[in-house]
Amino acid sequence: MLSNRISFSGEQGMLLETAVGFCRERSPVSAVRALMGGADGFDPAVWAEMAALGWCGIAIPERFGGSGLGLAEVATVVEPMGRHLMATPFVSGQIAVQALLAGGHMALLPRIAQGAIATTAVFERDGDWDLAAIEATATRHGDHLRLEGVKTLVEHGGVAEIVLASVRLDGAPALAVLEGPFAGRMRAEAVIDETRRSFSLDLTGLEIPTASLITDPAAFIALRDAALLLSVAEAAGGIAGVLDVTVDYLNNRTAFGRKIGSYQSLKHACADILVGLERSRSHLYHAATLCGANEDAEVALRMAKAEASDVFANAGDRAVQFHGGFGFTWDCDAQLYLRRALWLQYSFGDAAHHRRKLADLLLGD
Amino acid sequence: MSEFAEFRAEVAAWFRDNRPPEPDFLLPESFMEVGTEQQFEYLRAWQRKIWEAGYLGMAWPKEYGGGGQPQAMQDIVNAEMARQKVPFVPNTIGLNWAGPLILAIGTPAEKQRYIKNILSAEDIWCQGFSEPDNGSDLAATTTRATRDGDAYILNGAKIWTSLGSYAKYMILLARTEPGSKRYAGLSYFLVPMHTPGIETQPIRKLTGEYGFTQTFFRDARIPDDCLMGKEGEGWKIAMMTLTFERGASGGQAGGIARQALNVHDTVDLARLARRDGRPAIQDPLMRDQLVRFLIEDQGDRLTAARGAIPGLTSERPHAIPLSQKLRTSEHRRRLLQFALGLQGANAARWMGDANAREGGKWQRAYFNSFSSTIGGGTTQIQSNIVAERVLGLPKD
Ligand SMILES: Cc1cc2nc3c(=O)[nH]c(=O)nc-3n(C[C@H](O)[C@H](O)[C@H](O)COP(=O)(O)OP(=O)(O)OC[C@H]3O[C@@H](n4cnc5c(N)ncnc54)[C@H](O)[C@@H]3O)c2cc1C
Repeated sequence: MLSNRISFSGEQGMLLETAVGFCRERSPVSAVRALMGGADGFDPAVWAEMAALGWCGIAIPERFGGSGLGLAEVATVVEPMGRHLMATPFVSGQIAVQALLAGGHMALLPRIAQGAIATTAVFERDGDWDLAAIEATATRHGDHLRLEGVKTLVEHGGVAEIVLASVRLDGAPALAVLEGPFAGRMRAEAVIDETRRSFSLDLTGLEIPTASLITDPAAFIALRDAALLLSVAEAAGGIAGVLDVTVDYLNNRTAFGRKIGSYQSLKHACADILVGLERSRSHLYHAATLCGANEDAEVALRMAKAEASDVFANAGDRAVQFHGGFGFTWDCDAQLYLRRALWLQYSFGDAAHHRRKLADLLLGD
Repeated sequence: MSEFAEFRAEVAAWFRDNRPPEPDFLLPESFMEVGTEQQFEYLRAWQRKIWEAGYLGMAWPKEYGGGGQPQAMQDIVNAEMARQKVPFVPNTIGLNWAGPLILAIGTPAEKQRYIKNILSAEDIWCQGFSEPDNGSDLAATTTRATRDGDAYILNGAKIWTSLGSYAKYMILLARTEPGSKRYAGLSYFLVPMHTPGIETQPIRKLTGEYGFTQTFFRDARIPDDCLMGKEGEGWKIAMMTLTFERGASGGQAGGIARQALNVHDTVDLARLARRDGRPAIQDPLMRDQLVRFLIEDQGDRLTAARGAIPGLTSERPHAIPLSQKLRTSEHRRRLLQFALGLQGANAARWMGDANAREGGKWQRAYFNSFSSTIGGGTTQIQSNIVAERVLGLPKD
């Protein structure tokens, strides 16, 4: 029998309340749309505020300048960010933090706690979600390592100061801890979620000290777990956000002399999305509980990812349909959520991928 | 929860040691399909035994036959009964709908009169809400209760009365104000079923089993102290009853109301069933489906746990309780529909066939799953409730 534990501390409660208010105020959809047209995709002033609130160091131990909480607290602030379509480098940085912590590579943590932008580079051109399927390599040259290969879908690569890139050293996966600038190596990619900024990173010719390579496999697990948890948090927030947009339209638009929200084919679909939202949030906070307690969270995380990313993708799809002709326009916010949902669905494994992994974990081979 | 660890062990041991012997007849799946005297007496004795051991109504007041203990202890008992798959207790309508209602708004005299016998299964209760012409639209109720001195005279008919053949009392919604429409003019009664003029007629179910009745009222005269609350408060009280029935409010006596096949049984079934010469559980499509059901089931378990955390439910406090019936009843229906297909050609067998898996329980369970997607308010009505009351969408 799987655990059904969910803990939610007073600290999490306070963080959630602060984050809900902050994200609502700093990220109205007008701001989201304005940032979509800009270069970096986020507002440096808002980022500085987030750092000043101490969020960047939530999961960093106090001795490295953080507040010594954990991933559960990070997920708690990410949920409202997803609801308001924020796209700051917060999530990519927190994924890096977990990998650095698990890999015992503490040197850069104080900078990240202060707001230095960090990210991870773990995918390659073939788009395989398997984090161990790595073509990029590191080879020894004296006390240095020489890197080769191209990483893709590197979030916030254009402004990142710190990048964790996966490479193979002697055939085994490892994470190269790189410090910028990366001028000339980052190339902007066009991605489905236009609130985000994504880059390919050419590693070829980079040289790093041997000490900058994390070889502990625990770092990959921590990276994956953080990526899954925070993706679920963003998705759970996103489902709530797109449901608000849809319900609002259904309450205002009239057809055949009735509010369209009174038609059951629309309102029952909304009830189903609410059910999906409730289940997704439950999976989220359960997985966060296990992650926060450093327990094995693989089943919980994969279940959460499968549930939340399917529900969000469907909620975005229905949002477009239920707005009619307006839903087909650039100006309708439904597309923003659908794009976000698809980005999240296809990063770090879609629902079907995780169900296949779960089948092996829960049903045997 | 460790404070109850000892209690949990005690409960587990009690149910292990006191489980009634397997009967030589087929037990019904839930309180809604009790169709023979034999089944009824077996289940009633079992309920009485559990109550006498102190494991039913643990959180109900002592003075009325309850245990006066924390709800958490009854929850442990319920979970243990489900885990050990012991037979269910039959007086569900009394234990979980009428009982909590009487405790919440009944007079001291009503509590004194009814509660203990609900727990002991001495008095079985049934519910007279639905009518032949009005089910989902409960406010259209036409059964009449006409005042006559210190009595009311009942006329009309109710239908789909679960346990109607065995009940001693009925919670009844009837119209007291002649000519009134919809919600106004309805009143709520606690009706003795042995009253002359009340007759029940068993109705055969889609599975071939019995368990509910049509209930006729022909000038049935009941004392006026059967009225619950005041005249005209019937709708309000009926709605409150439904919150208990749908699990949207707490206060139930406990126990389990069905012996259900669940998602883990379905996984076991997939290990036994065959596909292309191999166990069905090795088939990639079957695996994907099974995992979907496991995720959904876990999602509902976790949602129940999250429901107890105010900081994680504050935005829409009613979302979890009001969606609970919709979530779990539809999950079960789809799960059992899938479980039939798992059996390959043997899915086409039926109860009584020697080669039917577990005597045809799976087929019966799929058919009976509609009892929860229809009874107590259909899925469509539940979806309306969630959309309107939780999301604030307009009425049809
Ligand atoms: C096993 C079982 C046990 C039961 N036990 C009891 C009992 O003990 N006591 C009791 O009083 N009742 C009992 N019922 C009755 C049950 O509450 C009703 O059957 C139910 O409320 C539906 O009413 P109906 O049968 O009149 O169907 P109808 O209301 O006629 O519905 C027919 C179909 O139309 C749909 N429909 C109706 N209105 C709407 C709407 N506004 N929007 C969309 N779709 C709609 C329904 O969902 C359904 O699919 C039981 C039913 C079952 C199946």
